[in-house]
Amino acid sequence: MSDLTRLGAAALAEAIAAKDVSAVEVTQAHLDRIAKVDGQVHAFLHVDAEGALAQARRVDDGSVTGPLAGVPLALKDVLCQEGIPTTVGSRILEGWRPPYDATVTARLKHAGVVILGKTNMDEFAMGSSTEHSAYGPSHNPWDLERVPGGSGGGSSAALASFQAPLAIGTDTGGSIRQPAALTGTVGVKPTYGGVSRYGLVAFSSSLDQAGPCARSVMDAALLHEVIAGHDPRDSTSINAPVPPVVEAAKNRDLKGLRVAVVRELQGEGYEPGVQQRFEEAVDILKELGATVTEVSCPHFDYALAAYYLIAPAEASSNLARFDSVRYGLRVGDDGERSLEEVMALTRAKGFGAEVKRRIILGTYALSSGYYDAYYGQAQKVRTLITQDFSAAFAHADVLVAPTCPTVAFRLGAKLDDPLAMYRQDVANIPSNLYGGPAMSVPAGLSEGLPVGLQVMAPTMRDDLLYQVGAAFEAALPAAVPPLEWES
Amino acid sequence: MPEISSAEVAHLARLARLALDESELQSLAGELDVILGAVARIAEVTDATDVKPTSHAVPLENVTRPDVVTPSLDRDAVLAGAPAAEDGRFRVPQILVEE
Amino acid sequence: MTVPYAEALQEFEPVIGLETHVELGTASKMFCGCDTTFGADPNTHTCPVCLGLPGALPVVNEKAIESTIRIGLALHCDIATWCRFARKNYFYPDMPKNFQTSQYDEPLCTDGYLDVLVQGESIRIPIERVHLEEDTGKSLHVGGSTGRIHGASHSLVDYNRAGIPLVEIVTKPITGTGAMPAEVAKAYVTELRDVLRGLGVSDVKMEQGSLRCDVNVSLNRPGQEWGTRSETKNVNSLRSVERAVRSEVERQAARLRGGERIVQETRHFHEDTGLSTSGRSKEEATDYRYFPEPDLVPIAPDPAWVAALKDALPEAPSIRRRKLTDELGLSSQDSEAMVNAGVLDVVLETVAAGASPADARNWWLGHIAQAANAQGVDAVDLPITAQQVARVIGLVGEGTLNAGLARQVVDGVLAGEGDPDEVVSTRGLGIVSDEVALSKAVAEAIAADPDAADKVRSGKVAAAGALVGAVMKATKGQADAQTVRRLVLEQLGA
Repeated sequence: MSDLTRLGAAALAEAIAAKDVSAVEVTQAHLDRIAKVDGQVHAFLHVDAEGALAQARRVDDGSVTGPLAGVPLALKDVLCQEGIPTTVGSRILEGWRPPYDATVTARLKHAGVVILGKTNMDEFAMGSSTEHSAYGPSHNPWDLERVPGGSGGGSSAALASFQAPLAIGTDTGGSIRQPAALTGTVGVKPTYGGVSRYGLVAFSSSLDQAGPCARSVMDAALLHEVIAGHDPRDSTSINAPVPPVVEAAKNRDLKGLRVAVVRELQGEGYEPGVQQRFEEAVDILKELGATVTEVSCPHFDYALAAYYLIAPAEASSNLARFDSVRYGLRVGDDGERSLEEVMALTRAKGFGAEVKRRIILGTYALSSGYYDAYYGQAQKVRTLITQDFSAAFAHADVLVAPTCPTVAFRLGAKLDDPLAMYRQDVANIPSNLYGGPAMSVPAGLSEGLPVGLQVMAPTMRDDLLYQVGAAFEAALPAAVPPLEWES
Repeated sequence: MPEISSAEVAHLARLARLALDESELQSLAGELDVILGAVARIAEVTDATDVKPTSHAVPLENVTRPDVVTPSLDRDAVLAGAPAAEDGRFRVPQILVEE
Repeated sequence: MTVPYAEALQEFEPVIGLETHVELGTASKMFCGCDTTFGADPNTHTCPVCLGLPGALPVVNEKAIESTIRIGLALHCDIATWCRFARKNYFYPDMPKNFQTSQYDEPLCTDGYLDVLVQGESIRIPIERVHLEEDTGKSLHVGGSTGRIHGASHSLVDYNRAGIPLVEIVTKPITGTGAMPAEVAKAYVTELRDVLRGLGVSDVKMEQGSLRCDVNVSLNRPGQEWGTRSETKNVNSLRSVERAVRSEVERQAARLRGGERIVQETRHFHEDTGLSTSGRSKEEATDYRYFPEPDLVPIAPDPAWVAALKDALPEAPSIRRRKLTDELGLSSQDSEAMVNAGVLDVVLETVAAGASPADARNWWLGHIAQAANAQGVDAVDLPITAQQVARVIGLVGEGTLNAGLARQVVDGVLAGEGDPDEVVSTRGLGIVSDEVALSKAVAEAIAADPDAADKVRSGKVAAAGALVGAVMKATKGQADAQTVRRLVLEQLGA
């Protein structure tokens, strides 16, 4: 069999089911690939060869089955996997092995998916470049000197460098979609509540959502159907059937589909190359039969501001549990210091600069005297943004925009300018605030680097993303990274 | 334009149990000023006054579970990640403030 | 320095407030399925949710909602048609998430009242709110001399209790208590406890911590604004509620007389001294940064369901009491005394177990109440049940025990020696009715006290008392006094 690591998930699943190749062989091929290239990409924080091969064997002997049985996957290190180190990209959880599986993890295992290991990420999912990982950045397989995006840069880099055909990411403010755009892969943020958050280490509870990442829209659809669905352990989990995303990915008919371009999410602030690829993408959608209009969502201009009040506020509360008492790092416990001091020292040592920034910002936004002006006001703006979406969806089936205003930037380029970093997600954040599903699908290159097309749909209409994404992908097949650095 | 002093940052750091030294307090104050300057434009949204805040994207209500006992974790698993344990309990250094 | 209670209340007007926390008796915890049974080995009733592990999420216990609504209904509250949980953010090692999931500006129940009887007068206690939250874990402070934080070298934390549903009941400021703020406070907590027990929502055992009180007290001169209040915590029994209010009135009056201001603070009550000591200063109030809990969705109780719960409420204790007092022929003073001592229910249980109302009342307000006082606890918290007391009463009725022996048996049960029958047999307390043995003892007593014997022989029958006493002493009270007297008179031919 030709290079197994170049195959997509659907093809691998089929080959394994037909016994053309064993799951163990497939897993081993990917483990070998990781050993060969990850020294340069640094997608993985932890590789679980033993566990992966054991799962592959279970698939081969028939004790575990499913549509993706035997297909390897990279799991973002923000999701708990029992007995496997889960660091969330932070020193404060270095070495911590959860005593339980996240629901997403359990569903993957149950479906026979082979979890190769945990991928790198910005610490506590706070970032847009993976440079805020306490364990060093990941590198973009298109150009190792550049970032793969964040916070889920590890997952996307693993896909783009063929270390895994599938990955799971999480998206709170673009952390699946932006890395997908920067690495030329597919990434989907499902409808909020569509995928269980039980076992997903919380950053911003009302925004966090795990989602599928792959090199093709169909692969992402297959993965979507494995992980999505109601979970009684998550009170915010939607109790309704999973949207028929696989079926939608097969139906590539866009005739009569109403597509709207969001006026506020393009033009100024977007690199010319990105803007151009976006306009070309819109033309392709027209050629495929969609009717395209423009819509204005005026409150989208305030989405970034609202997000950078809501998310840090919730994070400041979610991260309070990291206090040296029950798990994780403990610093300064010398028998003389009080618990209060040990807590403060541990958190100062265990959290990186970006996390500390957001904790302080969030604490401020919630504090007495400031709540109404900041957190309270941001949640109202959120309602207005939701109203903008509802108004837009009254006349359109999906909205489109570039996924990210830039192509992958050089490592270090935006570290001194937090606001510049935050603006990476200006086009992604509105759908996080609204709770609607959104996808990034490869839309060509600019200056030799990938650009992404973002498709947004109404809540519970994840299927529309896949319908549009699959049709677009067929019309403009994704570019393959040259991987010149591979020896 | 909000101006955050390093004293204010120090107060927030205490609330958040973060031990920051003077230089960190100063640089954080500067960074926060910049960020707050950007997010403060949220106040410009005047049509927000009569709008209800969103705290949940999903319109769910009354999600509950029946009052049934389910298995707890094994104590070994509970204490496995503990930085310090004694007599089946989590051990912490002396607590200064009484609750 | 203190000013005596009565004197203080002639000079100052009191305003009191009570915050009561009730641990619900649900089988599982508020947000997870862990067992709530008291007394398990540390950290054996915990899971990712109640340990606050990364990634864990809460799911509301439906029974806890129901119980809270029923409490609100029993307290004549308005039940919210829509409400949410909120996060109360602060750091403490017994709080796994370092925030408590509670309710803030949207409690489940508001604006109710509870009528209590204090020295024959009915007083309406206004209730501000009833809301639902979760309990914390428990810390053991090691190394100090008192088991408290001060002086401890380290602490050990057990999270079994973390996450148990807790209902918080807060009164509005209670004014107009005149010279009786302490009595009113105690009556309120007592009545509240009876209501809660009647609803079956909690075992309300103060000594086990399933009912906890914080007492707020302030004083002001007549016609002036309310004074600064203090909060006293760690009030673990009905007696302590009364003593805590009393001691605060006395302490604050002394300070105010001396021209000093009252510091807004949290005080810690000490059972042994009946006094409180200064704890946390509340001058710099902690900023809890409340915000709606994003991991939980709103609770919107169905009005039809709430109406059904209201219809199904049990009779209010005050009504039940009146009925029973009438039925059982107990006076209303008796009734109030039993309520004050917190023993009404257990007296009724004792009657249900076969005792007469008078006997039941006499035991619980008599010997058992004394034992409770001696140990500084409430009578219902003693390790003796209604069934056991009824049995003792029955044994007296059967003639197996007399009053004195019965008291010894009760003491034995309290000391943990087992059920009444076990105590009787282990201690050999049964009345000796063997007349042969008794006759011997009588003969010995007569021989030992010839003066008394002569008096009886010469017709001074009263002198037989001394001889009966001697026999009772010799038999360690295990003789039936009537029988002994008869034998003495027989033997002396009187």
